[in-house]
Amino acid sequence: MKLQTVLELPECKVLVKGNPEREISKVFCCDLLSIAMGKAAADSVWVTVMGNKNTLAVATLADVACIVLAEGIGMDEGTLAKAEEEGIAILSTELPIFDISLEIYEAGVS
Amino acid sequence: MGDQLIFTYVIDGNDFTRAGEASSSVKNKLKMLGVGSDVIRKTAIAMYEGEINMVIHADGGTITVTISDTDITMVLADTGPGIPDIDQAMQEGFSTAREEVRSLGFGAGMGLPNMKRYSDEMHIDTVIGQGTTITMKVNL
Repeated sequence: MKLQTVLELPECKVLVKGNPEREISKVFCCDLLSIAMGKAAADSVWVTVMGNKNTLAVATLADVACIVLAEGIGMDEGTLAKAEEEGIAILSTELPIFDISLEIYEAGVS
Repeated sequence: MGDQLIFTYVIDGNDFTRAGEASSSVKNKLKMLGVGSDVIRKTAIAMYEGEINMVIHADGGTITVTISDTDITMVLADTGPGIPDIDQAMQEGFSTAREEVRSLGFGAGMGLPNMKRYSDEMHIDTVIGQGTTITMKVNL
């Protein structure tokens, strides 16, 4: 499945679209950045409620394709601009972590 | 042996939001050098954990990265408090990070274990009250 499919999910608001053609490997859920750093798979969609600058740094270094911010969490303009530069997609949703992760999974990520 | 590339970074201990910039810079350089993505990922993760630790615990420090034909060596030197019990610090889940650091999503006690897991060699030199130097090597 390509990132484009995740970008098109009706519950997600696209803040940064990244590279829609990127092939997605997995869905990963975690709010502790230190764990995400070691465990998030390359090319994954990472669902979290942590929307700070460090979240983007971890995503960049771990080669995450897309961050989905659950529970209506946002991200500041500066960090979004940086995500744009790094080519990482940022999405926001009102749904809880489990619900949106399930939706992404059902859209075609294993 | 061919030429070596050496990069040095000064890590600002006061700005938590900038932690990771040195690791990002190394990641981009390795990408430009055509290093394999697995090696880049391992290096970036190991170095970032070290960089974050320096900001959380040691008020910054310096990181020197040497890229040779065979490996990438990272030397992270700080003048922080030192590590009293390395075995304990290496245990997953053990952390002495402050509450404000934890609220940002760090302090899960995974830093040093991740550094060990993602590097091929790691060595810790630490003196209480004087500082810590960690050397990590990732093979190319």
